[in-house]
Amino acid sequence: MNKQNLVVLLGGIMFGFGLAYSGMAKQEIVLSFLQLTDLGLVFVIGGAALVTFLAINVVPRFLKAPLLGGKFSPRKAAMSRNVIIGAVIFGIGWGISGQCPGSAVASLGTGNYWVLVGIAAMFIGAYLRGLIDKK
Amino acid sequence: MFPLGIEPYLIGGILIGVGVSIIYIATGLHATQSSFFTTTLSWFSKKKHFQKEKNLQERNWRLFLAIGLVVGALIHTLTLSPSGFWITSLQVWRLALGGLLVGFGTRLSEGCTSGHGISGLASLSTTSLSAVIVFMGVGILTANIVRILGVLP
Repeated sequence: MNKQNLVVLLGGIMFGFGLAYSGMAKQEIVLSFLQLTDLGLVFVIGGAALVTFLAINVVPRFLKAPLLGGKFSPRKAAMSRNVIIGAVIFGIGWGISGQCPGSAVASLGTGNYWVLVGIAAMFIGAYLRGLIDKK
Repeated sequence: MFPLGIEPYLIGGILIGVGVSIIYIATGLHATQSSFFTTTLSWFSKKKHFQKEKNLQERNWRLFLAIGLVVGALIHTLTLSPSGFWITSLQVWRLALGGLLVGFGTRLSEGCTSGHGISGLASLSTTSLSAVIVFMGVGILTANIVRILGVLP
């Protein structure tokens, strides 16, 4: 395993631990947010985005480049109709099942084997998106 | 508004942010999740959509990220988790239908709760902010319609 993959694995373990700690690996808890009975999810995304904001916007002032090489560049996506249509479709799926890509994968680590059905369906969905891509 | 308190949410969110930040500071990569499906499919499909140079470059580390998510959640389940191993009470058809829409939608939108929600917002991307507002609004609407139709939990 090269250094990059090792760091990604370790950071991913922290990410997965945080997802489980926050309850997001449980679809019922995500749904309790979407049904507006428990608004805690705002603190999960808010807390994660705030820490990541510092890494993306403040750290590069003191560090010229990533420690293992490469370069720092913020995640800027171009606006398009697909971004919004995709977000609508994602929102419907999220509201039906309480699953999103990261939380579904992490959910496997809680022993929730039924989420394999959801993950398999996500692969099919991603494949269908590829089928209709004209580019 | 917060029947379980704020602590698990805030601490969990900070831990997620630390994980994403470690990866960014060390490698410059954005640890976002939904691309994993597309890059992994590049091993199985010859279609151009999956065979883009970027997907081939990213597919290894994205696999390690996914493994990390599972291992991290497993460590939590074996240590700090009050409930231990657990299985959802959601109907399987909801996991399947929801998953299909999540897979298609996040790839069309080029981001999910982590891509647009964490890395995008942290990058002050207005595109990501728009996407987050849309998927959160639609998610809340859908979840309430499902509940009102009597589909529980």
